[in-house]
Amino acid sequence: MAGPRHISVSEASRPVLPRHAKLRYDETREVWVILAPERVLAPDEIAVEVLQLCNGERNVGDIADQLAAKYAAPREAILADVIAMLQDLADKGFLTEIREKTS
Amino acid sequence: MSDVTIPPSDSLAVLEKQRSTAETFGIPLAVLLEITHRCPLQCPYCSNPVELDRSGKELTTDEWKKVLSELAEIGVLQVHFSGGEPTARKDLVELVKHASDAGLYTNLITSAVLLTRERLSDLADAGLCHVQISFQGIEEGLADRVAGYKGGHRKKLEVAKWTRELDLPLTVNAVMHRQNLHQLPDIIQMALDLDADRLEVANVQYYGWALKNRAALMPTVAQLDECTRLVEEARERLKGRLTIDYVVPDYYALRPKKCMGGWGRQFFNISPAGKVLPCHAAESITGLDFESVRSNHSIAWIWQNSDAFNRYRGTGWMKEPCKSCEFREIDFGGCRCQAFALTGDAANTDPACALSPLHETIFKQAEAEAEGETSRFLYRNFAGGTLESENGT
Repeated sequence: MAGPRHISVSEASRPVLPRHAKLRYDETREVWVILAPERVLAPDEIAVEVLQLCNGERNVGDIADQLAAKYAAPREAILADVIAMLQDLADKGFLTEIREKTS
Repeated sequence: MSDVTIPPSDSLAVLEKQRSTAETFGIPLAVLLEITHRCPLQCPYCSNPVELDRSGKELTTDEWKKVLSELAEIGVLQVHFSGGEPTARKDLVELVKHASDAGLYTNLITSAVLLTRERLSDLADAGLCHVQISFQGIEEGLADRVAGYKGGHRKKLEVAKWTRELDLPLTVNAVMHRQNLHQLPDIIQMALDLDADRLEVANVQYYGWALKNRAALMPTVAQLDECTRLVEEARERLKGRLTIDYVVPDYYALRPKKCMGGWGRQFFNISPAGKVLPCHAAESITGLDFESVRSNHSIAWIWQNSDAFNRYRGTGWMKEPCKSCEFREIDFGGCRCQAFALTGDAANTDPACALSPLHETIFKQAEAEAEGETSRFLYRNFAGGTLESENGT
C-alpha cells in the first residue's frame, strides 16, 4: 500500500499528476482544465505550463531552470513561485510524486 | 402546481426570453448517468425516484453510446456512471470504453457488491478514471441491515482493496443518518485504511425514499453538530492526504442549499429510460414533461430550450418570499423537489429556508422524529417498498 501520500514540494521533488487528475484542453470552452473526481479545476497559463513539464522525470529544479531560461527571469523567484503553486495543488490532493523504491 | 400561461401573441418574446436565460448557462461540465435502476441493495434512503424505471425501459447499449458521443461533442468533460447499480448492466465495460475513447473522464459510482476482480480490472483497462464505493456503516451488522443485503459490507471492503491494487483512485461514500452517525470517527479511519483519496460524508437528503423513511433516519441536532465538528477536525488533520466532502441535511439550516447549483444552471442527469432531468429527483415533481434522448431533439436543445429546464430557471418563476428576497440569486429558493414534496408546489420557497412560512413546523416535526422511537426501515424496491420486520431482517 502506498501509505500517506501527502507530499512536501521541494527543489528535488519529481511531481506528477495522480491518476485521478487529468490535464486536458477543453475544446468547447477553449481553456485548459484539470479533471478530478467531482471537480474541474481551471489552472492559469503559468500553472498549465508547469504541469505540462511535470512528467515524473523532471524535478522541480529542472522545471525552474527551463522556465527561467525561457522567460529570461531570475531563477530564484521562479523556483519559489513554482513550489508555492505545486504545494497548493498537492494540498488539494491533485499532485503526487515519483519516489525512489526504498524497500 | 401552478401552470405558466403564455398569451399566444407573446410567444415570441417568451421564446426569446427563455433562450437568453438558457444561453447564460453553458453545457454542464459533468453529467450523471443513471444507467439502470436495478440494484441488489435496498437502502431506505435511495436517491432514485419511488417510481423506478423497469429494465425493459432502459436505453440500449447503442443508445447509451450515442448519448456518450453526443455529450463529449457538446463539451461535457466528465460522466458519472451511476444507478441503481451500474454494474448490473452487462455492457458497462463497453460503455466505459466508449466514453474514454470519446475523451470523457469516467467515474463509477457503485455499491460494489456485484463486482469481481476481473471485471474491475476490465473496467480499469477500458479507461475508468475513478471508483466511488458507498458504505452503509463500519461493521456488517449495521451496514448489511441498512443496505438490506447480507454479506454486502464484507464484499465492499474487498472491492475497495482491489480498486487500490489496480491503482484506481478510490472515493469512499458514507451516507450518514441517525442510526450510523456514531460510527463517523471509525468511517474516517476506514477510508484511510482503505487508502482512499477522498471521502464523502453525505448526510441523507430527504426526498423520495428517504422522505418515506425520515422518522427512522433523521439525526438529532446534537448528532449533526458533532458530525460537523468531526469533519472539520479531520479535514485539518488529514489535509493533503484525504479530501473530505461534506453534505449536511438542510432541515437544520436557516438558509436552503443552492440545490443543483440552481435549477438548469450547471447540472443535468439522464435516467435509465433516457429522460434528461434537471435533478435526479425531478421526476417526483408532477406536471413537468421531461424530454428524452429518444426524442427528435438533441441533448443541447433539451438543456437550453425544453420547458422542464426553463420552468424554474433563473428567478422569473418565483413567488414571495423568494421573489423580493436579497438571496434569490444566491440559493435560487433552495430545492424544487423538496418544495414540491413538502408543500405541493415546486414554485414555493423550499421549507428548509427560515423565510418559508412552513419552516418552523417542518423543523419541529423533524426534531420530534429524531428524538422518536421509530427505527424500522421501508426498504427500497420495485414493489414500492417493503417494511423491515420487527426483528430487523
